[in-house]
Amino acid sequence: MTTATTTATKVQHPSYSEAFQSGVREEMTRNPGIFIIGTDLQERGGHFAQVKGIAQEFGVERVKDSPISEAAMVAAGVGAAMYGCHPIVDLNFIDFAFGAMDEILNQAAKIRFMFNGKVPLVIRATSGVALGGAHHCNSLEALFASTPGLSVAVPSTPMDVKGLIKTALRSDDPVIFLMHKKLSGIRGEIADENYFVPFGKAKSVRTGSDAAIISYGYSIVTAQKAAQALEAEGISVEIIDLRTLFPLDEEAINNAVKKYGRVVVLDEAPVFGSITAEIAATATEKNFGSLKGPIVRVGGVRAPISANPAMADAAIPTVASIMKAVKTVMSY
Amino acid sequence: MSVPDKKTSLALLRSMMVIRDFEETADKLSLRGKVSGGMHNSSGQEAVAVGVLSALAEFDVIATTHRSHHHTLAKGFTPREIMAELFTRSTGISGGRGASMHLGDVTRGHFGGNGIVGAGVGIAMGAALGIQQKGDKKVSVGFIGDGGMNTGRTWEAINMAVIYKLPLIVIVDNNQYAVETFVGRVTGGGDLAKRAEGFGMRAFNIDGMDVAEVRKYTSEARERALAGEGPTFINAVTYRYYGHNVGEKGQYRTQEEIERWKSTKDPIDHFIAVVLEQGYANQAEVDEMRASVRAEIEDAVAFADSSPEPDISTIYDDIDSGMLGVQL
Ligand SMILES: Cc1ncc(C[n+]2csc(CCOP(=O)(O)OP(=O)(O)O)c2C)c(N)n1
Ligand SMILES: [Mg+2]
Repeated sequence: MTTATTTATKVQHPSYSEAFQSGVREEMTRNPGIFIIGTDLQERGGHFAQVKGIAQEFGVERVKDSPISEAAMVAAGVGAAMYGCHPIVDLNFIDFAFGAMDEILNQAAKIRFMFNGKVPLVIRATSGVALGGAHHCNSLEALFASTPGLSVAVPSTPMDVKGLIKTALRSDDPVIFLMHKKLSGIRGEIADENYFVPFGKAKSVRTGSDAAIISYGYSIVTAQKAAQALEAEGISVEIIDLRTLFPLDEEAINNAVKKYGRVVVLDEAPVFGSITAEIAATATEKNFGSLKGPIVRVGGVRAPISANPAMADAAIPTVASIMKAVKTVMSY
Repeated sequence: MSVPDKKTSLALLRSMMVIRDFEETADKLSLRGKVSGGMHNSSGQEAVAVGVLSALAEFDVIATTHRSHHHTLAKGFTPREIMAELFTRSTGISGGRGASMHLGDVTRGHFGGNGIVGAGVGIAMGAALGIQQKGDKKVSVGFIGDGGMNTGRTWEAINMAVIYKLPLIVIVDNNQYAVETFVGRVTGGGDLAKRAEGFGMRAFNIDGMDVAEVRKYTSEARERALAGEGPTFINAVTYRYYGHNVGEKGQYRTQEEIERWKSTKDPIDHFIAVVLEQGYANQAEVDEMRASVRAEIEDAVAFADSSPEPDISTIYDDIDSGMLGVQL
């Protein structure tokens, strides 16, 4: 497999969803074992147009419309993967994974360890907090990332969507592939078919000199706004986009701690029990001497997400709350 | 189909008109961005909601789906409090936290409109078990869509209701599509009543566009449940006039198909004809009824519009009772 090359030619300005299509198309052309299963994929192209046109191009045998049967969808993916295919199970919203949790956490994740087999499987879903109410805004990243046997991709740009899905489709292991609702419409460059983003490699998306914000997914967008506002106040922050939560790029995290001694960890999951807790704890254990003060976490409130727009916004980090956290680490 | 008496029939008609007017009004408001997160329109499905709820007692329990404005209106919740919920205002039935998809008030026997396909039937089944445990004379109704017929949790709940002989009525509000997927494409065996019968449940396929028929089957199911004879499954075939979510059109069904259902099977037109034929009302009285419904919905919009937003500081309220955090 070719690993990340920054020299790959950059083409077009597709959307986040189109970047997914592009990566999947290329890999489906190369590997006849790849098929997609999920609801409303063939005509509609999925809820977020993430597979639009693929059934027309590759045939309905390889883009299968499913009943609303999440447990069976994932079970189908697990069994077919063990048998030698490389399925993409499209769960639509990650919240619907709850109905297939045994198949994901207890089966897909453990087959290699238990039965001398492999599970080359991608479970794609849209994630994140947005409008849609309490049943459609769960943050499950920490649950998946803490399950041995699973990897978790959380791209924040079209470039990374394509680079990560291509890597996932060359891997022999189950990957949870989370695409944030609020990023569905963003556009950006993508690379050609030879560009792969390795798992476990974070990317610096903004350089700085005073402190670092470590984050992923849509929070990167909010972090950028906060960083701009802080720049105007004379505080320069680097932003590190983790891109995958497992494997986690501990090296990038440790380097940031060593370089600045001032670090904010950010995501929109409830702070209690989130991946930011894992990052802060690990980074502190390993680099206590480099820290100028505690690592500060910014995350969601420990409450279900309301359908009221102002209440939903109040449940997750804002530009103001991120700025405040950066100022806190700057005060040490 | 035997026609209910005059008073009942006029109430059924008005209730269906309220739903239709509510939905068409809310749809337009939603397109203008007034409804947080959009909405699932139930136009076309009025007879299922009104037929079922009119056969229940006020204290009976329901649990329902993401498409539940009609069930909730038919249960007796006011257009005001539902419209306010769509606007996510504090006067809404879920305090503005739920919007279109999560209408519910447990204290009034509405165990929630659910964002998870099939979940309502399980909850209704549990409520039926609660009724049985307490020896109450009530029934519980679980609404589900045709799409929900293919998730395992539905059938786990149905099996349990059968073996425990629970006072449960499962209503398939079968509008024949799950988002853009026609029921026939994804439903093995095809016949839903037969499928339920395979689990040992008494089951019927009925015309969900005929309010009197829906009411009759529900009444009988309720009687049996109260007599300790266990659950019933009713597959009420109906039709959704609008897209899955507000503003959606899609190529998955023809305009012709939609027009055919509207012009030949519309539940309100059909029942107006019945009411006129029975001499329960004349055309002028039907028009008057429609006008009064219009005024009621406009009042609901004004109420919702002038209602306050929920207080942001309540974000942590009602997550738990707090009882475990204090010394008891
Ligand atoms: C467990 C789960 N899977 C998928 C969805 C996404 N989804 C929401 S509504 C819907 C279609 C449901 O169809 P049906 O049960 O027929 O109800 P209708 O929308 O027709 O009222 C789907 C797939 C969901 N909400 N929950
Ligand atoms: Mg349906």
